[in-house]
Amino acid sequence: MDIKVRYFASLRDRMGRSEDQVKVSKDKPTVADVWSAVSKDPIPPTILVAVNMEYTNASQELKAGDEVAFFPPVTGG
Amino acid sequence: MKVFITKEILDPYKEIMAYEREALPPGKHGGVVSFVGTMRDFNDGQDVRAMNLDYYPGMTEHHIERVCQEAMKGWDIMDCMVVHRVGEMVPTDPIVLVAVWSAHRKDSFDACRYIINYLKESAPFWKCEVTTQGQKHWVEKNSEDPGVAKRVALKSA
Repeated sequence: MDIKVRYFASLRDRMGRSEDQVKVSKDKPTVADVWSAVSKDPIPPTILVAVNMEYTNASQELKAGDEVAFFPPVTGG
Repeated sequence: MKVFITKEILDPYKEIMAYEREALPPGKHGGVVSFVGTMRDFNDGQDVRAMNLDYYPGMTEHHIERVCQEAMKGWDIMDCMVVHRVGEMVPTDPIVLVAVWSAHRKDSFDACRYIINYLKESAPFWKCEVTTQGQKHWVEKNSEDPGVAKRVALKSA
C-alpha cells in the first residue's frame, strides 16, 4: 500500500526532506506504522498528525493513497 | 465568505473595503469588526528582524473555511473574511486579517474572536524567525494555549 508522507516546519528540517512515498506491507497499517517506516525514533510527543488534511492520532488506520502529515504545534495568526 | 492565503504584502483595510463593496448588500450591515495581526520586532525576549511563515497548502485553507462556516452558523453575522500572509515578512507587516460583518455589533465581535482564536490554535501555520543576530529558529509555541490542536486531534480521532 502506497502512502504519501509530508513533513512541515522544524520537523521537515529535522527529517531533511519534505515528503516520502512509503510502501507499507501490513494489512491494516496505522499512522504509527508509517512513522516507523520513515524514522527509527519514536514520534516526538509534541508532533501533530493529519490524515488527508484532518487532525487525527497515531492509531488511525490508513488506506491506499492516503496522505499523512507530521508537524510541530502550529504558530500562526 | 472569502478565505485566502497570500505571499503578497497585505493591506487589510483595503481588503475590507474591497470585499465590502463587492459582496455585502449596501445598507444592510450595521458594522464590521476586524482583527489585524501584525508582526512584532520581538518574541520571547529576542529581537526579531524577519520571519518566514510556512503553511500546509490545502489543509490550511480547508480549516479556516470550516471555522468561518461554523461562525456563520453560530452567530447572526452576514459575512466574514480571513486573509493570511505566508512567506517572508518583516516587523510591522500585517500577518492576518479577520473581518466579520453583521447587523448588530455583538455577533460580529464574538464571531471575530472565535475565528482568530481557532485560527491561532489550530490552523497549520508555522513561524520561523530570524533574530537581529541573524539566527534562524522555529517558533515552537504560540502565545495562545498550545494544547488546543491536540484536543482537536483527540476529539476527531
